[in-house]
Amino acid sequence: MGKNLVGNHIRRLRFDHNEMTQQQLADKAGVTRQTIVALEKGNYSPSLELAFRIALAFNLPLEEIFFYGENTKK
Amino acid sequence: MTYQEKKSIISLISTILIFGTYCLYMYPRHPEVELVSLATFRYWGLFVLNLMLFSIVAHIIISILFNIFFRITTGEKEPKFADELDKLIELKANRNSFFVFIVGFLLAMGSLVVSQPSQAMFIILIISGFTSDVTGSVTKLYLYRKGV
Repeated sequence: MGKNLVGNHIRRLRFDHNEMTQQQLADKAGVTRQTIVALEKGNYSPSLELAFRIALAFNLPLEEIFFYGENTKK
Repeated sequence: MTYQEKKSIISLISTILIFGTYCLYMYPRHPEVELVSLATFRYWGLFVLNLMLFSIVAHIIISILFNIFFRITTGEKEPKFADELDKLIELKANRNSFFVFIVGFLLAMGSLVVSQPSQAMFIILIISGFTSDVTGSVTKLYLYRKGV
């Protein structure tokens, strides 16, 4: 698989947002829970559209959720 | 394990079981006549058509049973839609699956070029169909577990 350079703070943000569950975030972003799991694990870089939908769900700017750079995959 | 991973495993197991069971059922029915007879062609034609029909019906039944079992055991609903991750994985699985089938198809045609019996062509085609199905399921399982 290609190197995934897009990292995110979704896991932390969910807990900061009243311990939002993966399913609740998935419902807000219009994806399945499995996609949120894959994003949190760093197994998947979202499309720009999905990234914006997640940002809207947290009501935060995109760059506070996603970041780009080396060593993002644990 | 997620719904899609379990579904890929069920799909893989059912593909192998369906194909294996069907081959075991059809194998004794092979006509005891010369290789280029009409009966042989009829046998292989029926083999492929019945396999497709049997496979579709069995997959539908297994899929319904799996969804019922999944809902009872996990209490989770199966996803009602395919999102971008599902679609991407589906595309990659289809790509690998088609690639395997095309290689099998070329090998089948090649067997005719090198004057192999027509039976070999049918067997290669059927095996490549089965392998492409397995490749699709394995690709899905791999991508859901390891990431796209």
